[in-house]
Amino acid sequence: MTLNLEPNLSDPDGFYEALLKAHEGLSDKESVELNARLVLVLANQIGDAATLAAAIEEAK
Amino acid sequence: MTLQDRYPVALRLYPYRRSGDQDAATPVRHPVVIAGGGPTGLAAALDLGRKGHPVVVLDDHEGVGLGSRAICFSKRTLEIAHRLGPGPGMLEEGVIWQKGRVFRDRDEIYSFDLLPEEGHRYPAFINLSQVQFERFLFEAIEHARTEGVEIEIRGGNRVDAIEARPDGIRIEVMTPEGAYNLEADWLIACDGARSPLRNMLGLGFKGRVFEDNFLIADVRMTADFPTERWFWFEPWFRSGDSALLHKQPDDIWRIDFQIGWDIDRDKELKEENILARVDAMLGEGVEYELVWSSIYTFQCRRMERFRHGRVLFAGDSAHQVSPYGARGANSGVQDAENLAWKLDFVLRGLAPESFLDSYDAERIQAADENILNSTRSTDFLTPKSEISRTFRDAVLTLAARHSFARPLVNSGRLSVPCTYDGLPGFGPDMLGQPARSRPGAPAPDAPVNDGYLLDLLGGEFTLLGLGIEVPKATQVDGISVAGLALTDMSIGDMLRERYLGEASSAAYLIRPDQHVVARWRDLDLDVVQMSVRNAVGKGGE
Repeated sequence: MTLNLEPNLSDPDGFYEALLKAHEGLSDKESVELNARLVLVLANQIGDAATLAAAIEEAK
Repeated sequence: MTLQDRYPVALRLYPYRRSGDQDAATPVRHPVVIAGGGPTGLAAALDLGRKGHPVVVLDDHEGVGLGSRAICFSKRTLEIAHRLGPGPGMLEEGVIWQKGRVFRDRDEIYSFDLLPEEGHRYPAFINLSQVQFERFLFEAIEHARTEGVEIEIRGGNRVDAIEARPDGIRIEVMTPEGAYNLEADWLIACDGARSPLRNMLGLGFKGRVFEDNFLIADVRMTADFPTERWFWFEPWFRSGDSALLHKQPDDIWRIDFQIGWDIDRDKELKEENILARVDAMLGEGVEYELVWSSIYTFQCRRMERFRHGRVLFAGDSAHQVSPYGARGANSGVQDAENLAWKLDFVLRGLAPESFLDSYDAERIQAADENILNSTRSTDFLTPKSEISRTFRDAVLTLAARHSFARPLVNSGRLSVPCTYDGLPGFGPDMLGQPARSRPGAPAPDAPVNDGYLLDLLGGEFTLLGLGIEVPKATQVDGISVAGLALTDMSIGDMLRERYLGEASSAAYLIRPDQHVVARWRDLDLDVVQMSVRNAVGKGGE
């Protein structure tokens, strides 16, 4: 699997809204923690080590 | 209370003239009275008038208000204007644009193309000032009057009080020469976001206020900027959080600055301060003239219901959105079109009064769609928390590098007409595809012979046969259904793709407002009749 950097979200605006909603009312610390958990959940969904390594490089 | 202008008038199109109603011994009754002569009110008046109903429009001003306000008019609005007459003139005068560029600081993050599809009479958008849009509608009304259409626009007539009764509405009107009363079977409230009529009925207008101020400046300049929509996040000219530059006709450019919540409004509106912002944006040596400016805040809200007995709210009086997306005036004109044919049917006794509840249901669905899109855009433009800003900035950073993040950049999702999915009055869908022309959808335009499909639809119900014979004209409970049969010879590729897809033939039932009611592979006139009844709120009979 290679890292997909082309548009792939089926509902970008809906996803973005849900993401912000999840953070609503959280403190900065709570938000950072939520993001950390979310990254780990999504990483598991991807699974492939090479893809994850590429994603980490890309985000740096 | 005497009459006072709430805003300067740009074009004094309908100066106050004494009406015979003011000297009548008892209040004169009219079938339809419209409060407000903006885009929504004028479109509703023109549509109902052309359908044969006498209409009185009351406007507390004597013409069109100054300032551009709405500037982007969508394809669907132009299609409606085409049916009503002034569409071609608007298209000729308007500025057609299709490209948008999004910048962050000095860097272009990406550009988009509205990808105008071939085979439509009208482009996705034109830019035209609201003043001119209203002038076109007014001139179309004047023209219709010469052909016997009974539309009377009463300038300098302000609605001061209404009394809603089960069988009609009593309206108290103030004029420069004092007050008079009149009566209406139906009252359409197109009196704007601050709707006095809404307040008179004590009705709420709930929603969200966005804590930000936007400074609009319309400037006249002969610059060689391209005819594109340019949008800046965190602009290099350091004037607010975002800015927009968009061209209108006659060398007028709309500039929009997002200037924050805690501002000194009077100070910001001083000409020298506006000029300083514009100077910084346009750079040295660009000559321009400030034509109009204003500061506004965003609100996204709507009334709980748009129909209150015999009072029907349409346009900004019923719903309000942020301007990014061009969903204000466009949705108002679409309200007017939705309401006009339904009220026409009720006035002619072809549909029960309860049919007007479908106006409520359909246009509330449209308003909610507009509010959802507009709220999301505004949340992106005006991050309301640190984390929100962090994500926004991450999206902008990634969008400059990768295409995947670009769909997340939201500087406004441009107005498209609502498809009335899941609402009563539509169906069945016995064809199953193409999705874009499903029941509830506005019929997509397509070339037919030397013209366009939409020219052949509208005004009444149409039974469209594609490769299927349909009766030329039928009646269902007094309702005329026009037949339009297109043979394989006249079904071009675009019409085929938009209406037939995989099928070799099909029949479509289309409403007077050009929305698809139902579609079939084979024609059964009994089933068509049921669909017509269902489409006018008589499904249970």
